[in-house]
Amino acid sequence: MQWELNTEKPVYLQLVEQIQAKIIAGVYKPGDKLPSVRDLAAQAMVNPNTMQRAMTELERDGLVHTNRTAGRFITSDEELIRQLKEKYITEIVRDFLDKMKQLGLGRDDIISYLNKLTENSN
Amino acid sequence: MSVILECNALSKRFGSTLALDNFSLRLERGKIVGLLGPNGSGKTTLIKIINGLLVPNAGGITIAGMAPGVETKRIVSYLPEKTYLPDWMKVSDTIRFFKDFYEDFDEKRAYDMLHRLNLDPSKRLKSLSKGTKEKVQLILVMSRRADLYCLDEPIGGVDPAARDYILNTIITNYDENATIIISTHLIADIENILDEAVFIKAGRLVLHAPVDEIREKEGKSIDTLFREVFRC
Repeated sequence: MQWELNTEKPVYLQLVEQIQAKIIAGVYKPGDKLPSVRDLAAQAMVNPNTMQRAMTELERDGLVHTNRTAGRFITSDEELIRQLKEKYITEIVRDFLDKMKQLGLGRDDIISYLNKLTENSN
Repeated sequence: MSVILECNALSKRFGSTLALDNFSLRLERGKIVGLLGPNGSGKTTLIKIINGLLVPNAGGITIAGMAPGVETKRIVSYLPEKTYLPDWMKVSDTIRFFKDFYEDFDEKRAYDMLHRLNLDPSKRLKSLSKGTKEKVQLILVMSRRADLYCLDEPIGGVDPAARDYILNTIITNYDENATIIISTHLIADIENILDEAVFIKAGRLVLHAPVDEIREKEGKSIDTLFREVFRC
């Protein structure tokens, strides 16, 4: 999974979102050990202080925790990850629905589009 | 937080041109700072003053509390815009040269980086391309364990892949007590690795702020803001 950063938003927020996405997608599994801040920073090509700040945010939300000697780990609390996933997906769907509403589409229109497009992709 | 660089109302005049005009700046340790300004805005003049190569006409400057001199050269690692290493030297000679000169030079680090770039230490500088020579010079400068690094246009002459390598070298090699000043006008390429941006225009300080704060407040990239501030 690649890191994709745009330049308009604060970098640390984008890092938080992308690490969350990686946790949801299972790239980082519950209880996994994370690479060091410096290695992650080098991977994402960002400042180590910025990556540190992202980690602090994730720790505050309980998604990541530090074991003083062993390093930094993804939470083993699967319920927390499930909640995060639900929140994340709800936000995306809500964004999508808002956009459709702006275009004047109703529920039935949206569902018919969804059916049409998912048929094609199968 | 302890202060690594303090400039107090610096002015530097070249004939009728004011290269630095009442320029004040205070930088803390542990930051990567972009010194950003168009050509001729005073970036190199400031860096040369920090390194004791130029003397200001007015104002004061201290590095870790000391005026520029022998003691500060010990803790400041400087990458000038032009290489000064003689062409006849082999890459290994330049490493010995740096090791002789600087107590804080880490030979192993330098050889590791050369190895990662597949650079043969027995090659003479004469036989290297311009971009490769720049890489060698950056490796030398980043292999010191300095308190302040001054990199004057470190990414100007190299291709995008090498640029990524150089930025990576900077990220992985600096430690939390050191500050790195990177002067450039290629902002989009480096803005993700910066802690703070310093905008300089016609020798004056226009802006000094954390990069993420600028994005949060302005809702735009440093590159976009730069283009607005310096619109010709």
